Amino acid sequence: MCRIGAIKSKKYFHPSKALYLMRSQQKGHDNSGFAMVMQDLGGIFEDYKDLPILSMACTDEGINIADNILSAEGFTRALQWNPETNYAENLIIETMPQYVFLVLQYPKTYRYASQEEKEDLLVNTRLKIRAALEKEAKGYVYSFWPDVLTLKEIGDPKDIGIYFGLWEENNFFTAKVITAQCRQNTNYDIVRYAAHPFFLQGYTALANGENTFFEKNKLLQKSLYKGYVGFESDSQCFLYTLHYLNKILKWPLSYYKHTITPLPYDEIIRRDDKEILLKIKESLAHLEINGPNTIIGGLPDGTIFTCCDSKKLRPVVVGRTDDTVVITSEVSGINEILPERNWEDDIYPHERETVIINNALKVERWQQ
Amino acid sequence: MATIKVNELSRDDLFWQIQYDTNRCTFCGKCVAACPFNAIEPKVEKRRKVVSEAPTPTPKINFQTMPVIQQVVNTNNYCRGCGICEKVCPNEAIKPVRNPDNKFAMKIRSTTGNSHTRGGRANLNSGDRALDKIVVGRISQMTDPSLDAQRHTFDLLAPFGRILPPEQLPFDIKDGKLEITGNTPPVRWIYPVIIGDMSIGALSCRMWEALAIATAYLNEQAGMPVRMCSGEGGMPLRLLKSKYLKYSILQIASGHFGWNRIINAMPQMQEDPAGVLIKIGQGAKPGDGGLLMAKKVAKHIQEIRGVPKADLLSPPNHQGLYSIEESVQKMFLSLNSAFKFKVPVAIKVSASATSVSVYNNLLRDPYNIVGGFFLDGIYGGTGAAHEISMDHTGHPIVSKLRDCYLAAIHQGKQGQIPLWSGGGLGMTGNLAADAIKMICLGANGIFTGKLMLQLAGCVGNDNGKCNACNTGLCPVGICTQNQVLTKRLDVDKVAENVVNYFLAFDKEIKKTLAPIGNSSLPVGRSDALVSIDKAISDKLQIQYGC
Repeated sequence: MCRIGAIKSKKYFHPSKALYLMRSQQKGHDNSGFAMVMQDLGGIFEDYKDLPILSMACTDEGINIADNILSAEGFTRALQWNPETNYAENLIIETMPQYVFLVLQYPKTYRYASQEEKEDLLVNTRLKIRAALEKEAKGYVYSFWPDVLTLKEIGDPKDIGIYFGLWEENNFFTAKVITAQCRQNTNYDIVRYAAHPFFLQGYTALANGENTFFEKNKLLQKSLYKGYVGFESDSQCFLYTLHYLNKILKWPLSYYKHTITPLPYDEIIRRDDKEILLKIKESLAHLEINGPNTIIGGLPDGTIFTCCDSKKLRPVVVGRTDDTVVITSEVSGINEILPERNWEDDIYPHERETVIINNALKVERWQQ
Repeated sequence: MATIKVNELSRDDLFWQIQYDTNRCTFCGKCVAACPFNAIEPKVEKRRKVVSEAPTPTPKINFQTMPVIQQVVNTNNYCRGCGICEKVCPNEAIKPVRNPDNKFAMKIRSTTGNSHTRGGRANLNSGDRALDKIVVGRISQMTDPSLDAQRHTFDLLAPFGRILPPEQLPFDIKDGKLEITGNTPPVRWIYPVIIGDMSIGALSCRMWEALAIATAYLNEQAGMPVRMCSGEGGMPLRLLKSKYLKYSILQIASGHFGWNRIINAMPQMQEDPAGVLIKIGQGAKPGDGGLLMAKKVAKHIQEIRGVPKADLLSPPNHQGLYSIEESVQKMFLSLNSAFKFKVPVAIKVSASATSVSVYNNLLRDPYNIVGGFFLDGIYGGTGAAHEISMDHTGHPIVSKLRDCYLAAIHQGKQGQIPLWSGGGLGMTGNLAADAIKMICLGANGIFTGKLMLQLAGCVGNDNGKCNACNTGLCPVGICTQNQVLTKRLDVDKVAENVVNYFLAFDKEIKKTLAPIGNSSLPVGRSDALVSIDKAISDKLQIQYGC
């Protein structure tokens, strides 16, 4: 079973926190990988907030492939960062030759482009790079978005941390939101793309459990938006539904829970907003999930949230201090990185609840 | 060698032969009185018996006249094998026995110049069912938990009505909340099993009434929103004006029978009906209109339908509809507007090689007024049809339902016109097993008719037993208007049996949902199915297992 976690802080923090968060929940996962999405970046990326960052793991040829596509689109490099790696024989890790984090300037032709046009360009370019890399098996592109960085690798999380030097805290590689997970998709083929968290246009999602409605979710999502690709993991569906509702339909986040776990008809008809809820239940029946799942999500504005399936068949807990909130599968993780918090304030969301944390770290509990 | 005549119809030609034991018979006469087909009659036989009463053999021939029960041999009063004689005989002296060497259907054709007609459903290959080669095989084991069918709550309802894709919903956002700013097509959430369209006329009043009582009970007492479709032929005025109308789906077929009364009753209706179902075709006799023989058009049927006593033939198609688009514009619009766009209007067609084209077209309908696609397969039942239609025309339902669902996926419009399927579902007596498989293949719900008759005591089967629904002489009072025969049916008992069956269905379908870890209907979740037949798994795009 997966263990998942999200840390959101008022101050920049180093990903070592995420490693510690997950390490204490180690017996719940199988140490088959480590993946994280860092959002609202500090350190060396802090001055490039508006510029898209391409996160890739690839071969040398893969870099060339990506470079060619980026140049053809008109992107120019603002910064390239390759993490220092520490190879040792005894490390359990399946490395890629290159880990590339490229900060890019938008093409000149996009100087007066709308936000929407720029966002579309980023998705199109990432999909192009992905297809080209995939065709020749030259690597993986995880995200291409401003102020977001993604790292995914197969192996023992402890060793992945050693390899990338992530155990030692520093000030140049930090973020205010980090979501992480320590398990590869061991039920199916182990593919780097299949590791959570998943990211699309500012939205992040990671999940614990098996999406038993994967097939129906997937078959509808494939027709909804060009960026809904891959489906290497059944949990990608949670991200795509989140993106579809909030980004494409522009519905408030509160309707996410109503879409993925609609109330039974008998309960809906007793409510004032029954007309809306029924229409959602009807219209988006193929985006329903039926568990067992816990989902942690992140929005482009930095909001993070969590909710569960309608029977709460997977655990999750939220712990907090004045400047940090942690959402994770097991309380041991929070004890590890927030030992000083008041544990009586911990929240164990129930099956009809969404817990939302905004940028001021205000915690809201929305009841479905 | 004696000369004989061999061209007459003989007992050896018949489907069923009466096996009669003189020694057990008390001549009570019950069998003769009970046989609705007059297929047996009393007569006297001359018997020759050699007796010897003296101490030494002194054979003497006695001739006796004996009363016996004899089978009638002609093309009208032949035994249908219903077994009513056996049911009423106190001494087990009589019963019909299947004649495997019969040539009756052929003889009918050759002696009358007419086709062989009957009721029931296809008798050819009907036991070889694709659904029985599919199992629910994706059982939750460790990676996700199975549920507890007894203790978890389940949300089993299905939509009936046109569903708009989210981008077409008239939503606005105000203060962080969605608001509806316009009208949307009506959608009803109902139990995923509809009692399928059998008309008052095809069924006896008592049978129809029993189904209506069962439907009302299921809704009002059992909390199960089961809907019943009227069939073509209208409904009693009292029901049309009652609050129970909301549980009924009104059917309009090509004969429009009963609609004069329905339209006249509209001003007095307290409730809207649950829906309207436009019947284009039915699975048992595709391309054929309904047929109610004059002998079944009793006085009350004449009154409800507004017709004289005559054979009532619905045309094979709706006169005036020449294309799918036209049907949408004419019939759907007029029926939608008749109920002020508050009642879902759906269509029922027989499964056919063209079903996907029709469904595709309806999905693209710009008016969004087609509220359901009812697909009826070859093993559906009927009250009267030519045997050649029943056995040799039509399309199996399972693959066609799947084709339609996959066609909707191809358009990205799955779920927008709910798919309801029927036609032989529940043939084995286990409707829940068939239902879950059809749902996983893409059906939103199913409809069932013949099974309801079986629950009521229909003695027929898919192997030539009875199948006399067309005669107006149903031996158990289900498909007849003959008042003596309908009295045989205990209305309350039938309603009770139907209700009980639905309660059992509810439990059984949960026993299939729980192991796959789902608490709501897994519409289109074909990954939950495994077929033990490679050809079926390939066709349906589900897993193969052996």
